[in-house]
Amino acid sequence: MYGEGQAICLGNDVDTDRIIAGRYLRTRDRALWAAHVFEDLDPTLAARLKGTVLMAGKNMGCGSSREQAVIALKEAGVVAVIAPSFARIFYRNAINIGLPVIECPVACREGAMVRFNLAEGWVEVDGSQCHSTPLSPKMLAILKAGGLVPYWREHR
Amino acid sequence: MPTLSEQVLGAPAGSYVDVPVDRAMAHDGTGVLAHQAFCEMGCPGIRRPECTYLIFDHIAPANTSTTAGLQRELRQFAREQGITFCDIGSGICHQVLAEGIVRPGEVVVGADSHTCTLGAFGAFATGVGATDMAAIWASGTTWFRVPETIGIRFIGQLRGAAEAKDAALDYVRALGMDGGNYRALEFVGEGIASIPMAGRLTLCNMAVETGAKAGLCRADRETLKYLAAFGIHAKEQVPESPHYVKEIPLDLSSLVPLVATGHRVDHVQKVAALAGQPLDQVFVGTCTNGRYEDLLRFARIVKGKQVKVRTLVVPASRKVLERISAEGILTELVRAGCVIGPPGCGPCLGAHMGVLGEGETCLSTANRNFTNRMGIGGDILLSSVATAAVSALAGELTVPEVPHVR
Repeated sequence: MYGEGQAICLGNDVDTDRIIAGRYLRTRDRALWAAHVFEDLDPTLAARLKGTVLMAGKNMGCGSSREQAVIALKEAGVVAVIAPSFARIFYRNAINIGLPVIECPVACREGAMVRFNLAEGWVEVDGSQCHSTPLSPKMLAILKAGGLVPYWREHR
Repeated sequence: MPTLSEQVLGAPAGSYVDVPVDRAMAHDGTGVLAHQAFCEMGCPGIRRPECTYLIFDHIAPANTSTTAGLQRELRQFAREQGITFCDIGSGICHQVLAEGIVRPGEVVVGADSHTCTLGAFGAFATGVGATDMAAIWASGTTWFRVPETIGIRFIGQLRGAAEAKDAALDYVRALGMDGGNYRALEFVGEGIASIPMAGRLTLCNMAVETGAKAGLCRADRETLKYLAAFGIHAKEQVPESPHYVKEIPLDLSSLVPLVATGHRVDHVQKVAALAGQPLDQVFVGTCTNGRYEDLLRFARIVKGKQVKVRTLVVPASRKVLERISAEGILTELVRAGCVIGPPGCGPCLGAHMGVLGEGETCLSTANRNFTNRMGIGGDILLSSVATAAVSALAGELTVPEVPHVR
């Protein structure tokens, strides 16, 4: 469960309306969500997300239960989301679609190289390491399987 | 002593539990992805169709052919699976489940963040995403980490024009947008006994605005009386003195009308501090404040007068619409110049009707005022029904003075 990418910093309380707006929800077109991700926060972000690690402030992903928010991030190429705290539905949704989410109170520097290991529970930013909150065995297993759908197919 | 959440989930805070789901709900918004995930899981059928509800409320009726096509597929799926299907016009999913379906002590899971509304019955009710819902359809169960609980202790009783909505805005202010993260809220104290079910549903509805997993009220005589009207005979949940990780006292008797501004639900001020702010639209409805009691209160204030700003009234359910129609309230609203929408979420999430234009301000009785939610460049103020009513008449944000009309 190792990953790495360049950091993009986000503020506190980024809500799911700002990750993907309500006006884009009525479709199954994942590419459309990726194209409009963060449109109401910073319209230049969507094109810059591939291979990055989002380092958000507290309460990342608050608001609506829309799973399109985490799908949009994954589809746009985000490797993982790190934040000191998450809104619980966003957190659970991310695990369910196989997008690593890491609870860790680490400071962000735009463009820094970020490495992480979910199973071992650490995050490293510019070479300095800190512990992340461990996932429950079930959450880790779902993430390892690539999400709840593949996990379900393996375990039923 | 266990908290209500611990009681319902049958384990102490901090433990992980797998529990059967008594009511599983999805709507036209989240149902599409849940259906897709369910098909990808390769499941033959929904495990407990008798506990499964699909309710069309978010874009009801459909606004584009894409939406209509997705809804058509979901309708077909619901019929094949033999689940309870409520088509457009039935109402908002949380309100439909509050009309004689959810009972005290149940585990209620909805693919919608405001599922916490149903904690008003002493149920453990929480929101999940679409893939979680697909797994619930497949297995009839789900997993939770049993949350710690914050006690919100209401002292005294509501007075003057203050409503349960003002109490909700007040506790969101006190906790902040993440003050309830990973936790449950329990509404307790002498004050809660005096708040009828409509107000309790409003209180529990906004629990998620603090990040809370659930918001619960213990089933008492008031709950039983409400359920009995639907032919349901439930038992009171015995009052206990559980261990709360934190307790927040809030004095209802000194509460005044409040408003949330600045794109944050926890950015709450007295209406008096912002009185006179011009409005472009007033919206009354939603799972927060679209119930019969809300529309009655609104109508009592606007009756015989004319609104000065475009005003949308959207009943939370067909039952609400039926009742306001039968009692002549609907006519009063129409005569006062209000526009009536079909039962459902209406303009709350800016997905179809009632969208704001750039630079416009809407005073809404909903629960979220996030940036651009009701339209790009639009601003949303959140308030009580009484504040919305007097402001609609004045065309600007106005302090309600409505003694003892609740």
